Amino acid sequence: MIQLIELTVNGERHDLAIEPRRTLVDVLRHDLGLTGTHVGCEHGICGACTVLVDGAPARACLLFAAQVEGAEIRTVESLAEPDGTLNDLQRCFSEHHGLQCGFCTPGMLMLAEGYLAEEPEATKEEIREVVASNLCRCTGYQTIVEAIDDCASRRRAAFQDQLDRSTA
Amino acid sequence: MKPAAFTYHRARTTAGAVGLLTELGDDAKVIAGGQSLVAMMNFRLARPEHLVDITHVEGLAGIRRDGDSLRLGALTTHRAVEKADLGDFAVLSRAMRWVGHLPIRTRGTVGGSIAHADAAAEWCLLAVLLDARIRAEGPSGVREIRAVDFFRGPFTTALQPDELIVEVVFPRPAPRAALTEYADRRGDFALVAAAVDLDADRVVLGGVAPTPVLVERAGTAEEIAGALELRDEPGISAHYRRGLVRTLVQRARKEASRG
Amino acid sequence: MAEPPQRSPHLRRDGAWVGASVPRREDPRLLAGRGRFVDDIVLPGMLHAQFVRSTEAHAEILSVDLSEVRAVPGVVAAYSAADLNLRGVTALLDRPPHEFVPTAMPVLAHDRARYVGEPVAIVVARDPYAVEDGVEAAIVEYAPLQPVVSDTAALAEGAPLVHAEAPRNTLVDVSLFATEGIDAIFDEAHTVVEVHTKTGRQNALPLETRGVVADWDDRDEQLRVQTCSQVPHQVRTVLARCVGLDEKQVRVIVPDMGGGFGQKCVVGREEIAAAAAALRLRRPVKWIEDRRDALTAAFLAREQRYAVRAAFSAEGEILALDADVVCDMGAYSCYPFTAGIEPLMASAEMPGVYKIPAYRVRGRAVTTNKAPTAPYRGVSRPQYVMVVERVFEKAARALGLDAVELRRRNVITVFPYKGVNDITYDPGSYLESLDLCEQTLRDEGWFSRRSDENRVIGIGFSCFSERTGYGSGAFAQRRMEVVPGFDISEIRMDLNGTVSVTTGTLSHGQSHETTMAQIVADRLGIPYDRVKIVQGDTDRITYGWGSFASRSITIGGSAVAAASVKLGDQLREIAAHLLEADVDSAELDGAGGVRVGDRSLSFAEIADVAYLKAHLLPKGVGPGLSATASFDVGGDGTFSNATHGVVVELDPGTGGIEILRYVCVEDCGVAIHPQVVEGQARGGIAQGIAGALFEQVTYDDAGQPLAPSFMEYKVPTAAEIPDVRIEHLETPCAFTESGAKGAGEGGTIGAPAAVLNAVNDALRHTGVELDDTPVPREAIFRALEKA
Repeated sequence: MIQLIELTVNGERHDLAIEPRRTLVDVLRHDLGLTGTHVGCEHGICGACTVLVDGAPARACLLFAAQVEGAEIRTVESLAEPDGTLNDLQRCFSEHHGLQCGFCTPGMLMLAEGYLAEEPEATKEEIREVVASNLCRCTGYQTIVEAIDDCASRRRAAFQDQLDRSTA
Repeated sequence: MKPAAFTYHRARTTAGAVGLLTELGDDAKVIAGGQSLVAMMNFRLARPEHLVDITHVEGLAGIRRDGDSLRLGALTTHRAVEKADLGDFAVLSRAMRWVGHLPIRTRGTVGGSIAHADAAAEWCLLAVLLDARIRAEGPSGVREIRAVDFFRGPFTTALQPDELIVEVVFPRPAPRAALTEYADRRGDFALVAAAVDLDADRVVLGGVAPTPVLVERAGTAEEIAGALELRDEPGISAHYRRGLVRTLVQRARKEASRG
Repeated sequence: MAEPPQRSPHLRRDGAWVGASVPRREDPRLLAGRGRFVDDIVLPGMLHAQFVRSTEAHAEILSVDLSEVRAVPGVVAAYSAADLNLRGVTALLDRPPHEFVPTAMPVLAHDRARYVGEPVAIVVARDPYAVEDGVEAAIVEYAPLQPVVSDTAALAEGAPLVHAEAPRNTLVDVSLFATEGIDAIFDEAHTVVEVHTKTGRQNALPLETRGVVADWDDRDEQLRVQTCSQVPHQVRTVLARCVGLDEKQVRVIVPDMGGGFGQKCVVGREEIAAAAAALRLRRPVKWIEDRRDALTAAFLAREQRYAVRAAFSAEGEILALDADVVCDMGAYSCYPFTAGIEPLMASAEMPGVYKIPAYRVRGRAVTTNKAPTAPYRGVSRPQYVMVVERVFEKAARALGLDAVELRRRNVITVFPYKGVNDITYDPGSYLESLDLCEQTLRDEGWFSRRSDENRVIGIGFSCFSERTGYGSGAFAQRRMEVVPGFDISEIRMDLNGTVSVTTGTLSHGQSHETTMAQIVADRLGIPYDRVKIVQGDTDRITYGWGSFASRSITIGGSAVAAASVKLGDQLREIAAHLLEADVDSAELDGAGGVRVGDRSLSFAEIADVAYLKAHLLPKGVGPGLSATASFDVGGDGTFSNATHGVVVELDPGTGGIEILRYVCVEDCGVAIHPQVVEGQARGGIAQGIAGALFEQVTYDDAGQPLAPSFMEYKVPTAAEIPDVRIEHLETPCAFTESGAKGAGEGGTIGAPAAVLNAVNDALRHTGVELDDTPVPREAIFRALEKA
């Protein structure tokens, strides 16, 4: 059986005719061609497929696409500017060598993006605990934690700077 | 690791969901957060012919104080509970850090976890500990089941195939309660979990039997551990499990006494 | 164009780029989700393959019925071994029959199934969901045989045979060294200590599972195979042989790769079967291994048993080492390394960093009904280093000496050093790294915290070296049928003065696009972003052995450097001619040109002549700008070294282990990119900790895998892996072009030993010693409970 669903991904609406058993990650990758989101375990533990669903990090392998009709889905492809300019989080990952093979990276980025949006004041220890949600086989995690922590600090500083200027 | 084919049904109301469950019978399974179910479906260990999606049902998510009691809508996520300021029910928020990881907690639900009935799952322990009432809606209306009567065996509950958990009610505050666990790796299901309520003098243990084990008028941690009937299992002896029970009950009590 | 970076002050380098942690060239695409991994490739009309896999650990296959599979909606084809009729894969050692028994690995099992998960048939369907429906419909009839599920069962009298041609289930049995008079040394020694240990079976576990997209291209008359392999040329050769094509008819391309760690440096059977299906169907076929298959049916590693004795003098001098090593290699020999990979590595290298005058070793590979093994990061070294470092800890206790002091008295300090294992060690910083590591932990106050009586804290060390420059000569001693070692690079300068250079190695996370470019940039005096690295394509690369054994920068990097120098000479020759000067007076100006006195020509100007005004070239110089160079390591290669120091705390209430501190003092010669070196160390250490404390592939008595998901196979997370403090020492390699030694495996090698020693140090008051990995928490709980 084929089902018609409408998905909103990175602000763009898509109409799809799919089998309802298709998971969100397969639909993103294979039906929409958004191959930045990776598949690592298909049972919700490695986190390579982490995307944002209405702003919250979620495992795209544990959701059927049909379930998230009407939700706002965001994937790694939404982070950089269309001209390829990386966002602050992506730049921090590069500066701290928070990626090697790059396979876990999109999931780590979306996990961090969703978490920092909700908890901008997160401490490094809290960030470490959140990074523990996803598996990385290359880095030993330290530089991922440092990259996210650095990004959070820079965002806080920028926010403070903005406040200072608006009150000055 | 792709699930077998199924027919997808989206319920818009609880009555609609119950109607679908009644019509489809044993071949149907409710999906809420899906954090356990979809993994099992991907392994084809679960292969329902029909999925009834209740995530679009209005009004099933939410945390509400009602006099002494706290009412959690079935679709309330672990993360919502973790983030909520629950006052003298704060044990629930604190316990959420033991539930998987953040991306699991953003999707997984209170009702789903209780319906799934893993004997080591935090919500099952908390429900039994705090004498929660599980409100289930069926064709003939809503009934309340006490948590102690709800869990029947591993992944087996008192829920009928045509019933749906709509709410979990925690009848009274537990200002001096705590839950703690041990697993070799962060976020894993606990080898042993212990939840205590000092005021009610209750201890609930997970990971020691097919369902959460309630100990009322509990004695010392040593006595609780000693009274358990445990068997040696591959990789973990009864002796070790008993030791973990002793440690975790002590630690949970210590945490609880700090309030 | 990138600016030359700030130099980091504490490292030697030969130019502006080498030694600087420049931004990685790989990062922008990987961070934007715009990399291209195998599963990202989509071809018109592409089909999806999965495998019917054996449900029995050991059985006769009586029949394979795929008729119902073919009737499943969406299924396009299904083939058994009989349908495809492919040649099997046999890896060979040039050793006599009592030392090595060759065994064939069929692409699809036909008469016999030898492990749960062994591929029996391939199913091809229109989408990845339908193909799994198809796999379920297969009917395979088995006559179960008694499975062999451990090394001891394999060697037991009257054990069932996994391969009829291998008596006692022994594929390799070698005794490489036996110093004369060693028994007398043991008889007369002041102290003899023994270590008996068993290490758990592990999965290298690249986060990207194995996979392939294969299609027949009529225009190129080629089977194009895009696969995540560390050894594309090996895949080409084996694939061509199995399906009956010649080498030019097979093109193997490696796209971005999500890790390999050795699991992908052997030739797998699934990619051959998928390619054969593509050939038959004349349609693209994709196979992506799912995680359950990756955990149960992919190449595994590391399951070894050691019985080791060591003799010491009263003064703490090690006098002799006697070792018996049994490696459980599972059901088949891997290509090209064979089942000898682990026992041969352990036998050859075990004396390590210590001056050991007498050595005897027997190394065996046994075959069992478990998924086969491949090299995994460190290959045997994590285990034998652990064993030897346990020897020193036990000897220190027996002799009443400090374990670090005991090591100090025995590490090699004068180089070159010719070992009892016939290997000549090039200079390293064995003693210096040990001293600095201990001092660092002391300065941080860990030794005083260790004596806190309210806590259970232990400190452990491991001191080791690692041969990273295995050239043809060193590999030849293994006596494999094929001898890896050299690397070839071709370099070409294009019109605007940009450069592309090939390497026979290939990156799967190690940053070669960046580090190789840094090497070229220094040789030619151009920014590193003017250099394109070409890797992982058998049509574009002359021949390459791929990336494994920490060989890429030492050998591949040297070939790249040598080719660059040749190209530089060409540029100088042409420029000298154009400037009417002597070639000896022409030099690269470090700014993208050639200088003669105060005149200079840019590379773009020279290239303009080489391609567009060839009539201006000097006599005897042909048009174009390109050069080829190769590099091999003569002699015994080069050794990186390190000391790891670990502080652990044990929880008496649970048996839990927490790593409080991790210090790594490493020396890989000249670090091309220090940040990358540190990344390799940290990632390697995480994998070593995983083996010591968390991960294990387990089976029940019937050979059924007990860890088919990440619930059971416990890969550690950020909550378990500690931050690592890294200190660098630098003993440049004398014979690699950049002075670099390999850096890929050291972290993994040193971690299990240091962690296990720390755990045992914490248990010092209990009288209990734990020597097996992964360390069972229950054993710790029980030890502390008694104390």
